[in-house]
Amino acid sequence: MTGLRINDLKKSFDSTTVLDNISFAVSEGEFCILLGPSGCGKTTILRLIAGLEQQDKGEIYIGEQEVSTLTPKERNIAMVFQSYALYPHLNVYENMSFSLRIKKTPGHEIDAVVKKTADLLDIADLLRRKPKELSGGQRQRVAIGRAIVRNPSLFLFDEPLSNLDAKLRTATRVELAKLHRKLGSTIVYVTHDQTEAMTLGQKIILLNNGIIQQIGTPDDLYGRPANVFVAGFIGSPQMNFIEGSVVVKDEKQFFRSPACTIDISNRPALKDYIGKNIIMGIRPEFLTPDEGPLTARIELVEHLGSETIIYARAAGIGITARILSGFQGREGQDITFSFDNKGIHFFHNGIRIA
Amino acid sequence: MRKIFFYVIVVIIVFLSLLPFLWFVDTSLKSTVEVTSIPPVLVPSGSLHFYQSGIEQYELLHYVKNSIIVAGMTTLVTIIISIFAGYALARLRMRFKGLMLGGLLIVSMFPQISIAGPVWRILDAFGWLNSYQGLILPYVTLTLPLGVWIVASFFKELPRELEDAARIDGCGHLQTLFKIIFPLAAPGIFTAAILVFIYAWNEFFFALLIMTQKQFQTLPVGIALFQGQYTLPWGEIAAASTIATVPLVLLVFLFQKRIVRGLSAGAIKG
Repeated sequence: MTGLRINDLKKSFDSTTVLDNISFAVSEGEFCILLGPSGCGKTTILRLIAGLEQQDKGEIYIGEQEVSTLTPKERNIAMVFQSYALYPHLNVYENMSFSLRIKKTPGHEIDAVVKKTADLLDIADLLRRKPKELSGGQRQRVAIGRAIVRNPSLFLFDEPLSNLDAKLRTATRVELAKLHRKLGSTIVYVTHDQTEAMTLGQKIILLNNGIIQQIGTPDDLYGRPANVFVAGFIGSPQMNFIEGSVVVKDEKQFFRSPACTIDISNRPALKDYIGKNIIMGIRPEFLTPDEGPLTARIELVEHLGSETIIYARAAGIGITARILSGFQGREGQDITFSFDNKGIHFFHNGIRIA
Repeated sequence: MRKIFFYVIVVIIVFLSLLPFLWFVDTSLKSTVEVTSIPPVLVPSGSLHFYQSGIEQYELLHYVKNSIIVAGMTTLVTIIISIFAGYALARLRMRFKGLMLGGLLIVSMFPQISIAGPVWRILDAFGWLNSYQGLILPYVTLTLPLGVWIVASFFKELPRELEDAARIDGCGHLQTLFKIIFPLAAPGIFTAAILVFIYAWNEFFFALLIMTQKQFQTLPVGIALFQGQYTLPWGEIAAASTIATVPLVLLVFLFQKRIVRGLSAGAIKG
């Protein structure tokens, strides 16, 4: 097992730049997530690592070796595709052993590895079936099995769960995490689903428009979003953004906006932004219906069982709050919210400042 | 009611299309007297006389052999080129792809008579008049557009991720083509092969132009020349036509399943 290092990658298709200035490292045995909205270039990064595309600029190191000039075959990587891409004319056994047969591995070795992997993934009784005779979940396992059999230095997953139904997706997600623990392999995993990213990832690389927005642990991205995009992308429902400015009154600093005014004297970093326009972001789960500085009118209340989502409006700004169930308010009522200071972030020109 | 109407129409259309075929099969099984009798005999006596005389007097099997050689080689060469060209046009990133496909289509639109002269002169210069390759070459040229288009469109429909998977599994371009794409595109390749074969088997004009010696003439030309100055051997012509047509019918029936079967089912989520 080896790590992966990417340095200053750039890729364009025709005249459109899809990736620029991409640099990151994945250490050995790490589960790394490439997260971002569709079209952000995350799959292209994966294809560049795999050697299915050539970058215009930059280097890719697998272990200590620079692999840019190598074919996919020589890079010793395995990839699990979104559509699984099982060979329809071959049965499960042949699908899993395909790469080994290309490599001309002796038959008894192939047999042993395929059997062992099939046992690991609980598909031993499916080996003689064709892909079309398998369910979605089973195909998924076969695709993962095909990757494991090769004993690659790096696993690449391209949205592997997006074709499964919601229930199976959750189950497979848990299985994947277990599998990673068992194999200890280095994984680069592409997804647009933040739940997958937060639960599976040890490191998340969040991309937008072909540019890295933030690299960090799930906690980093949630607790210290680098910019407005990250803050808005991570977390569901989305973070509330309130535009306003920093003002000083009676030797105290305040964040003032049409919706609310709050005391921010405990944030010394904001002193540099007095008189400037900034954005306050607060996650819905840090708003509590209580005596507080923010007054809003309820527009919709969603009771989800374990929790309740309140959609309200204050001075024309939509406010979302996520609270425990038991809330009795109705549409059209006025409500006040108190803030938990931990959940408040400030941004200037899109960048987090406090 | 509508269903009955539908089937009546189907039966009429099928009957009309099959009529000439049925008629010469019928004729080929008649006796010498029945062929010319008026009113025509509808139910033949089932005599194989005309087949025998066709083979013995008119060397029917000689023409069959020539046709098999010419049509078979044409199909082989055309399909091999079509597989490579079709794969390139379907998959590789290159410039002027549309222009190339369009150009192919244009080439196939020239009426044969307009290229007959140049083709004859080129073959004459090669010294290929009255040779198998002299007929195979123009046939390959004429059938390539059809072959390339069919094969390319089948390749295009195969999911690209399968090829990516094959490359990651260690296949080069050629291995991917033969281990993955070829088996999956087999229905398309068979379709193209059968159509090319039928074209080459039936082609008359170039065969007549290029093959002036009996030694190399194909079935359609041979049958046309059965007719002598004073003789019109209806029975032998019908027998020869039956022999010329039946292999094609069998071919299509044999591979019908293969053509229709969607082999790639299950490749992508079902």
